Amino acid sequence: MSIAENAPVIDTDEVRRQRAKRMEKLGRWSLPVVVMLATLLLWDRIVVWNEIPHYILPGPGRVWDSLVNDWGILWEAGLLTGKITLMALGLAIVGGAGLAILFNQSRMVEMSFYPYAVILQVTPVVSIAPLIFIYVDSKTAGMLLCAWIVAFFPVLSSTTLGLNSVDHNLRDLYRIYGASRWQKLWMLQLPSALPYFLGGLKIAGGLSLIGAVVAELVAGTGGVGAGLAARIQEAGYRLNIARMFAALTLVAAMGVFIFAALSLLSHLLLRKWHESALSRET
Amino acid sequence: MQPIDQRPTVLRMSNVNKTFNGNVVALNGMSMTVGQGDFISLLGPSGCGKSTALRLISDLMVPTSGKIDWEGGHEVGDLGVVFQEPTLMPWATVAQNVWLPYRLRGKSYASVKDEILEALKLVGLEKFQNSYPRELSGGMKMRVSIARAMVTRPRLILMDEPFAALDEITRFKLNNDLLELKAKINCTVIFVTHSVFESVFLSDRIIVMAARPGRVIRELHVDEAYPRSEEFRTSAEYAAYCRQATDALHEAMGVAA
Ligand SMILES: Nc1ncnc2c1ncn2[C@@H]1O[C@H](COP(=O)(O)OP(=O)(O)OP(=O)(O)O)[C@@H](O)[C@H]1O
Ligand SMILES: [Mg+2]
Repeated sequence: MSIAENAPVIDTDEVRRQRAKRMEKLGRWSLPVVVMLATLLLWDRIVVWNEIPHYILPGPGRVWDSLVNDWGILWEAGLLTGKITLMALGLAIVGGAGLAILFNQSRMVEMSFYPYAVILQVTPVVSIAPLIFIYVDSKTAGMLLCAWIVAFFPVLSSTTLGLNSVDHNLRDLYRIYGASRWQKLWMLQLPSALPYFLGGLKIAGGLSLIGAVVAELVAGTGGVGAGLAARIQEAGYRLNIARMFAALTLVAAMGVFIFAALSLLSHLLLRKWHESALSRET
Repeated sequence: MQPIDQRPTVLRMSNVNKTFNGNVVALNGMSMTVGQGDFISLLGPSGCGKSTALRLISDLMVPTSGKIDWEGGHEVGDLGVVFQEPTLMPWATVAQNVWLPYRLRGKSYASVKDEILEALKLVGLEKFQNSYPRELSGGMKMRVSIARAMVTRPRLILMDEPFAALDEITRFKLNNDLLELKAKINCTVIFVTHSVFESVFLSDRIIVMAARPGRVIRELHVDEAYPRSEEFRTSAEYAAYCRQATDALHEAMGVAA
């Protein structure tokens, strides 16, 4: 028997690994979908079998109908909530990262103001919001302020951590090569802080949505029009439970969308060099 | 190359002391004259102040007493450094990492492109200029670090156990490459190591140090011209020098030879 005859050795272990990998890939998408379908089915069956009236618990079909029929109202509400959320997130990025850089550059400023940033963070926003709406006339500004208060802290604290996590040898190297303060900040500290900042950003994305929803609930309807939270509240008063679920679905979808978008951003920015974005052949 | 005692002076350490926290004497009365083209190894047991000496020379700390003078004064860019870790910026490509010493002096990439490529060529990595550090092996990263240290052709290059974390095969290879580099650009190097063999193979001056308190106890000269070849590693002279250095090291550690 020549060597060439049994040359293409089929590595059973390799085959098994390939198959496991394919299954894993498939499962990542299909399993959650299966769980969702099963839940919807179960929900539907429970409602039908127990003859639960729709003003207590509507079936998934009714929620879907509401989503379709009330789409105009819901979409408009979603746009408003989304706008507040994204603006708050933008401000949280500017404010959080800006404060982190300021604190990092001046120890005095950090010592003076950091405790207040913490206080602002640990005080529940629901308890501050009513006060805010007393003093801030513009409803939009008030909602933005609420959402910002919730969202800026993760950006601040993770960026601060990142700015201080520079490799100490690199820090020495910059010193030996005579780097100015700005060169050090711009070329060394900010790139080092980027992965930390992006981690904080993902948390801030979810929190700004929470902040926007809470602010809306406190502010109530009217004025600038109603967002999703206000629609949920209003539908609740009218016992239109299906619409409550429909609006809730939109809020959740919005949260998922923000998270996915930020994860994608993070991946794109880090994929070339950071460990977290490393995909190893195993 | 000129004999050791006839080389122009680059830097002079006179009676330098460094004490930490008022009681740990890291360096006691160290004096040393670095001549142009010297390849000096600082050889000694852990804690004898080798790294401290390099940190003092690189101005990362100031001596408790004594003086460190550069001949004709000095400026940023007179010094290149290589640490035990490659210490590359992971977010920057190989070429951008090598650009750093120039960049910090305000030089645009385009204006020093040739120097960067030349340095990468010297360490054999010109093909990898657009790679990111994580795509390189440990030995390749260390080469980038060396290219960065010498790209500006500094008057003095400091290396603190640069190959200590590498496997022996890679380390031998890098030893050879470093000697080749030395032959090509005649750089002046202070090289910290724990290895007798490495110090004899690479340097023409070996400064043996002892700990508690950190001090210089002896200087040996290795009179073997550069470029040195791999044959030197197996020669009788090499063995004899290693013997001398080992004896000196034993003395430094307070062990009878
Ligand atoms: N920043 C510091 N604060 C206090 N003590 C220090 C400091 N740096 C070094 N030392 C002490 O000074 C002495 C010399 O340290 P140094 O790092 O120079 O030794 P070394 O010869 O480089 O040792 P190794 O071979 O382990 O790297 C040691 O006893 C160490 O504990
Ligand atoms: Mg050391």
